[in-house]
Amino acid sequence: MSLLLGSLTIGIIVSLLALGVYISFRIFKFPDMSCEGSFTLGAAVATVLVVAGSGPLMATLAAVLVGGAAGALTGVIHTRFKVNDLLAGILVMTALYSINLHVMGTSNLPLGSADTFGSVATKIGMSLSGGAETVSLLGRPATVQDLSILAATALIVMVATLLLFAFFNTQMGLAMRATGDNSQMIRALGSSDSAMQTAGLALSNAMCGLSGALLAQYQGFADIGMGIGTLVTGLASVILGEALVGSRKLGHLLVATILGGLLYRLLVAVALRIGLNPNDLKLVTAAFVLVALVSPMLYTQWRKRRDAGAQNA
Amino acid sequence: MLEIGHISKTFNAGTSNEVRSLHGVSLTVEDGSFVIVLGTNGSGKSTLLNAVAGGFIVDQGSISIDGQNVTAWPEYRRAQFIGRVFQNPFSGTAPNLSIAENLALASRRGQFRGMGRALDRAQFGQLREAVSTLGMGLEDRLDNLIGSLSGGQRQALTLLMSTLVKPRLLLLDEHTAALDPKSADQVIRITDRVVTRDRLTTMMVTHSMAQAVSLGDRLIMMHRGRIIQDLKGAEKRRLRPEDLLARFEEVRRADLLDESAADLLRRRYI
Repeated sequence: MSLLLGSLTIGIIVSLLALGVYISFRIFKFPDMSCEGSFTLGAAVATVLVVAGSGPLMATLAAVLVGGAAGALTGVIHTRFKVNDLLAGILVMTALYSINLHVMGTSNLPLGSADTFGSVATKIGMSLSGGAETVSLLGRPATVQDLSILAATALIVMVATLLLFAFFNTQMGLAMRATGDNSQMIRALGSSDSAMQTAGLALSNAMCGLSGALLAQYQGFADIGMGIGTLVTGLASVILGEALVGSRKLGHLLVATILGGLLYRLLVAVALRIGLNPNDLKLVTAAFVLVALVSPMLYTQWRKRRDAGAQNA
Repeated sequence: MLEIGHISKTFNAGTSNEVRSLHGVSLTVEDGSFVIVLGTNGSGKSTLLNAVAGGFIVDQGSISIDGQNVTAWPEYRRAQFIGRVFQNPFSGTAPNLSIAENLALASRRGQFRGMGRALDRAQFGQLREAVSTLGMGLEDRLDNLIGSLSGGQRQALTLLMSTLVKPRLLLLDEHTAALDPKSADQVIRITDRVVTRDRLTTMMVTHSMAQAVSLGDRLIMMHRGRIIQDLKGAEKRRLRPEDLLARFEEVRRADLLDESAADLLRRRYI
């Protein structure tokens, strides 16, 4: 039970990252590598602040802000200085590696016994359960701690998703969605596509920073390597979500991305359980994303060839 | 209204692909006039419209709209004055947004976009009404994604979007060239109606002789980056397609003459 609840919690945390990737990759069609750095940056900043005693709320908010700043930097490098989108992200990601080491002062920083969002949630959960350590869930025992943390992360993700949904239906948010769709049009309608893209990347990386901050607090440490592969993980979640929902409506896609993040994490847990070597995880994920990205094209090609063949026959 | 003073533009300057697209073009467009821009391929007519819209910054000369010098303004800033419809029906609309969302974006052209709701019920009703004037039945499909519509429908919507906030200047860049004849005809009729109704100052690039003679109150003809003919008033009204064809033929002959003369000189002296 604990393993399932833990997987769900991590899945929900990762789905925040997936939302960030959805914004950059799907809304802006921008393959933003800087999310790998801002994810770790969020974790590093949150951990350092929590250890310093500034409380989980302040630490998490700070992580969101620095993540956003990193994204804005990528946006400025790309839009103002016309650096290729992929390279702009890689530059920021690489620079962040050093910055993250400076922030943490070491390559792996444990939280120790400092208060995290998880410990706060557990305290609240304990007072609600009347001091009981475990409760029965679907006939099996589950610790109040696991349940409380799961509920807290779910709450955070719900609030974040609702805020995103509301934002993308404001005048500015709608202009952002249009920018990714057709930047020529948004210029002709009087908004700077550069400003929109920069703001969008800031929003995307703020989500990554939030995700990193929560993961570090949940697992009890920040690690310099924890950001590696986050873009592909996020993409896998986005693609799984789209396949689950099959709609192009914004609200559906946001929820789909979260479900995709959850499903991805559960698949990973199952795969590890049945004996997948953890070292192969990123290889398998990358292969999955590759297949998901190219199979629609291959299918279309195959159909065209078949139709052409049928005509000639 | 629009003052263009001696603008020049050379693309890829200093390379083997150097193209002098505009050659000291000057043009004054009065308030409320409807100018047809005609010319051969590569004559610079679309480049002229693009220069006004701010798609690039001109090398020399000045452009002012409504007495405001906009020569150095970026494209998005000029959009507060200018409504545009492009040749490509896909350029003017965002395919993954609904019809209503596209129109809502256009309803704030040139204005600040803040945290207010992009689209509310009251506005939805207004947009519905505006779309029904197109007579295409699209008012019942406002929640559909624009990407699911035909080129003609998208172009009609782009035209509506460009005039939703009344523009000081409307730029139409061969906006029917990519459409089938029936859709083109429909879009031209809507264009004529909207421009006449709101007395919009308009510049329209076209390839069609029929459109050139039947629409507008002024016609300029471009060739090799220069304005070679400027017809207004009675002259424009009397114009027949044959006159335009004759003029094109004249230009073509002059070109041939130029080339054969150059050839003659080359053979003699080199």
